[in-house]
Amino acid sequence: MSKQTLLAMIAGTALIGGWLIFSGSFAHAQIGDFARQERGRLLAAAGDCVACHTADGGKPFAGDRPIETPFGTIYSANITPDAETGIGAWTEEQFYRAMHVGLAADGHRLYPAFPYPWFTKVSRADVDDIRAYLRTLEPVRSKARPNEFTWPLNHRISMAGWNELFFTPGEFQPDKRQSAEWNRGAYLVEGLGHCGACHTPKNMFGSAKADQMYQGGKIQNWFAPSLAGDRRAGLGSWDRDDIARFLKTGRNDRTTAYGPMAEVIKDSTSKMSDEDLQAIATYLKSLPATALQSPEAPNQDVVRTGQAIYEDQCSACHQSGGVGVKGLFPSLKADAIVQSDQPLSALRIILNGGHAASMPGSPNSLAMPSFGWKLSDGQIASVATYVRNAWGNKASAVSSDEVRDLRKSVESATSSY
Amino acid sequence: MAQELTEAGLEVLAIERGSWRETSTDFAPTFIQDELRYRYHGHLFEQTAQETLTFRNTSDQKALPMRRLGSFLPGTGVGGSILHWNGQAWRFLPYDFEIRSQTIARYGEGMVPQDMTLQDWGVTYDELEPYYTRWEDLCGIAGQAGNVKGQKQSGGNPFEGRRSKAYPTPPMKQTYGPTLFAEAAGSMGLHPFPCPSANMSQAYTNPLGVSLAPCTYCGFCEKFGCGNYSKASAQTTILPVLMQKKNFSLRTESEVTAINLDGSRKHATGVSYVDMHGNEYEQPADLVVVCAYITHNVHLLMASGIGTIYDPGTGRGTLGKNYCYQITPSVDVFLGDKILNPFVGAGALGMIVDDWNGDNFDHSGLGFIHGGYIAGYVTTGRPIETELLPEGTPKWGAKWKKAFIGNYLTSMSVSLMGAVMPNAANHLDLDPSYRDVYGRPLMRMTYDFKQNELKMQDFTMAKMVDIAKAMKPREIKKSPRGPHYDIEPYQSTHNTGGAIMGATPQQSLVNRYLQHWDVPNLFVVGASAFPHNSGYNPTGTVSALALWAADAIRNQYLKHTGPLVQT
Repeated sequence: MSKQTLLAMIAGTALIGGWLIFSGSFAHAQIGDFARQERGRLLAAAGDCVACHTADGGKPFAGDRPIETPFGTIYSANITPDAETGIGAWTEEQFYRAMHVGLAADGHRLYPAFPYPWFTKVSRADVDDIRAYLRTLEPVRSKARPNEFTWPLNHRISMAGWNELFFTPGEFQPDKRQSAEWNRGAYLVEGLGHCGACHTPKNMFGSAKADQMYQGGKIQNWFAPSLAGDRRAGLGSWDRDDIARFLKTGRNDRTTAYGPMAEVIKDSTSKMSDEDLQAIATYLKSLPATALQSPEAPNQDVVRTGQAIYEDQCSACHQSGGVGVKGLFPSLKADAIVQSDQPLSALRIILNGGHAASMPGSPNSLAMPSFGWKLSDGQIASVATYVRNAWGNKASAVSSDEVRDLRKSVESATSSY
Repeated sequence: MAQELTEAGLEVLAIERGSWRETSTDFAPTFIQDELRYRYHGHLFEQTAQETLTFRNTSDQKALPMRRLGSFLPGTGVGGSILHWNGQAWRFLPYDFEIRSQTIARYGEGMVPQDMTLQDWGVTYDELEPYYTRWEDLCGIAGQAGNVKGQKQSGGNPFEGRRSKAYPTPPMKQTYGPTLFAEAAGSMGLHPFPCPSANMSQAYTNPLGVSLAPCTYCGFCEKFGCGNYSKASAQTTILPVLMQKKNFSLRTESEVTAINLDGSRKHATGVSYVDMHGNEYEQPADLVVVCAYITHNVHLLMASGIGTIYDPGTGRGTLGKNYCYQITPSVDVFLGDKILNPFVGAGALGMIVDDWNGDNFDHSGLGFIHGGYIAGYVTTGRPIETELLPEGTPKWGAKWKKAFIGNYLTSMSVSLMGAVMPNAANHLDLDPSYRDVYGRPLMRMTYDFKQNELKMQDFTMAKMVDIAKAMKPREIKKSPRGPHYDIEPYQSTHNTGGAIMGATPQQSLVNRYLQHWDVPNLFVVGASAFPHNSGYNPTGTVSALALWAADAIRNQYLKHTGPLVQT
């Protein structure tokens, strides 16, 4: 049987079997090592393991990538099968325990920068297959640097209290009232996909706010926009195909992925099956809209200044009506990033520029040039305020101070995206 | 070439003397409109401190090195000279490829003077047609076809060769200047049509899935990279796909200094190259494809001692033979009362008449062959370079300022893209005195305009004046070239020949597939293969020949390595 046929069959199983496959026994009983490893490879992609577990220029999955958190820098673990520095000596049971409740093989508590609060939803069968895949990797001998955490978080025992307060272990339980596709989407979004890790606001302890799920979150000086049904700053005006195409190719007729999402799409969602992407879209489209406050109308002098800057600097690509060029330059009209409550991502892209994701199905490697060297804080604030309120857009005004603060923190940031 | 050969499954390594170049970092719209940096300081061009050539008009002069670029502006860096082209995207005429036999058939042997080393190309227009089409599809060329499968199309060029399909995108929108030109030409019974353009008239996604954006008519095309992804170049058509391929690698800042042959001198073993730190490497290869700018193609072959350098005294040797250029006279038109807004421009924005190009008209008794297209372009209104001033204007001072301000918005040029025929005295060889940074002799260019070009210029100048006058101007100014070629003022980066193609090894360096006659695993691709230079911009034909050669490598050479044409 060719690889393609086998993969197609697995994808078919996921679709037709719906939540049946979560029972685990089906997947276990019928397929051998190769099929499990292949399945694990796709699941590892769905979980985007490679993103955090690979350092810049390092071997894939060998860890040591610095992950910035509000509490300090954590260095990701080596998850290649090296017995000493990786997870080669871990048993299947120990690996499942790490994914399910956040305990390492030796029993020490993992920090939730490793998203076990999401991975706990993943079925035992899927976790086992991910491990089967990880064991096929070349063992890399590499020890991650020690974490740079402030007290009391440098004591892992503090995580016991955190877990007590914010963590509920338990595999995904399908909602029988919903379709198989919706359940598949929910399983992926809430589990392996761990979308909420970025797209949900966090409380002061770094835990996702349970009452504001998927309403947009700040992460590493980006703002991951709301995935809820709000038409202005969420996915309310996107249809399922818009979502699936965005996750597959990094762009759709409305927008283009930049920043960390471009990375997620390249390493993870672009490798998922069309059926899974449709399932994710179905689930996301079921998230209700949230009641957003109506912002104050901005100062008209600022808007006029912003408009003049926009016409000089931005309109060549984004066009005079803000509609962009389909498939090439994002529309700023009716865009969620532009109208997000926090303008962080838009400002950051204006300041530093950035590369759009480039995928085999959509090879363009377009980039927004940096304007940080050319426009002052006040000019960027004006043009951002204009764009946030032009062509039917509506969002709060941006202050020069906001731009100044962000400029300081992202000045030295470089990213391949 | 690399795209085609990697598709065939070959492991391809590209060696580039310049640096990596990318739209957002190297020519972003935030800074590319810097005329001083790019046009005058030549930021994207060949650096004469690294490589240049020596020049003389005739063999009895001593050639001197070009220490500043002038007449032509070869590029350097990934993407090459196409990065900074205007985007005037032409096919040559069927006549061009069979120029000698068709000229003799129509006018008799006497029409080709003794010193005109004119020859057929060994390939016909019909053979190249699918490759022109493929290139236009890759680049999203905007234009109006004039002849689709033999059917004349209104509004297109009635003289063009038969094309298998129309252009992939509609022509650009013309501004007032080209419109006035076209009205004047039309009133004289000529056949104006929009210039085929690699500046996009609309968003376009090519067959490789790479997209180009609509042109903004900013007028910073030639001598600049396009910051808006609106001009076809390697960066906007192929590199995004090629760079992702596992069987392609690119080594930048590495200059190939020699092609190496084995003891038989009939087989290339690879190349030698030098990196930025002066380290020299030998890169083995099964197949060597030379794809540099024409002067470098020829120089590299000479520096490697491959082929016999042409001797104008005896006519022996083919390497360096038939070096040609173009002749580009113009007539400046001062309209006085009509505002043209030249700052709204694009590299290929203009209307064209092709009535006096190629053999589109009867040359009997004229004393020259070929011709050129006449254009009413408004490519740019860049403030330093756009200096159209009436006769008698001083070069500086208050009167100069007044004339500049008074004419900037209301003047344009009518220009000729004039063909140049090969001449026994015009050639390339190695300089006996000057050497480059690697110690190799510089290439020496011996070139001057000859009777054919000068007579053709006189003829077409009269035609341009007629059109200019029909535009009802306040005044006009004629700017002919010559009588001797001057390498200092910029004219065009349209150098051709020196490693020419043809039907026999006696008359050409490479065969009809651009394969070296003596070394079958060596291909020499570029305008260096043109046996003469036509009355069009060369990029379309360079590209069609590259695709034609790539096809021959894929479908013939890889099956039976060896000469593709038997001698």
